[in-house]
Amino acid sequence: MNKMNDEKSRLFHDIGVIDFVIVEMQLYLNTHPTDKEAMDYLSHYVRMKNQAMREYAMKFGPLRISDADGCLQNEWKWVTQPWPWEGGC
Amino acid sequence: MWCYEKRLQFPVNIKEPNAKLAQVIMSQFGGPDGELAASQRYLSQRYATPYREVAGTLTDIGTEELAHMEMVSAIIYQLTKDLSMDEIVDSGFDKYYVDHTAGLWPQAAGGIPFNACVFQSKGDVVTDLFEDMAAEQKARSTYDNILRLVRDYPDVYEPIKFLRAREVVHFQRFGEALRITQDKLDSKNFYAFNPGFDKCKN
Repeated sequence: MNKMNDEKSRLFHDIGVIDFVIVEMQLYLNTHPTDKEAMDYLSHYVRMKNQAMREYAMKFGPLRISDADGCLQNEWKWVTQPWPWEGGC
Repeated sequence: MWCYEKRLQFPVNIKEPNAKLAQVIMSQFGGPDGELAASQRYLSQRYATPYREVAGTLTDIGTEELAHMEMVSAIIYQLTKDLSMDEIVDSGFDKYYVDHTAGLWPQAAGGIPFNACVFQSKGDVVTDLFEDMAAEQKARSTYDNILRLVRDYPDVYEPIKFLRAREVVHFQRFGEALRITQDKLDSKNFYAFNPGFDKCKN
């Protein structure tokens, strides 16, 4: 159980870090739309985020609806798992 | 957190500007039963329910309302694009124009600015859900009133008809959320305690 919680919080933390890079790169690219190097950098993190989001959805429930198909459980985890303001996630 | 999809929930392609229609449709952006109020109502209320199904309903409908606000805004933008000064004066749009040019600013059709007092967040899930069901019906009536005014403008009619239909669906879902809430309460007295506030259920 602890091992699962460790994995859950590690993956969750990684998603936060990866997504923050995306947010920053998106804002930068909006004002520098021809910076090829920045676009490649963003693409790398977008792929990384999609992968991490899929993995999280499959193991613990979806963080966004577009990953809801990655959950094999016969339970609508979108609504049975805690909401972010409940704390602890 | 939120992320943005670069598309409208239902297409808006208005060929002819019409500042007179824009002025009435504006009420569904910043008016008492508009989409700005709807989104802020549900997204503010969702913290006061301990029931995750209800919090999910408020989150997802609140999010959809943001998409509806965007649709109404796109309608107003297209109806007020490329207006001549004569059209601005003749349509009565001059009073809005003087303060906002053709920019989007949340106000009711009668010119009253948006005010958070048009919605409540009572910290009591039963009270909030009754308000939400009433709000959906009020918005439905407003869209019905708009539909009578835009009957001859199919480009405007179709997206407004879509928005009206969503009010009916949301009303239904809030009704279900209220039933879920009441099923978890004391059936002899739904008001015996506030499940989002009181610590013990005596």
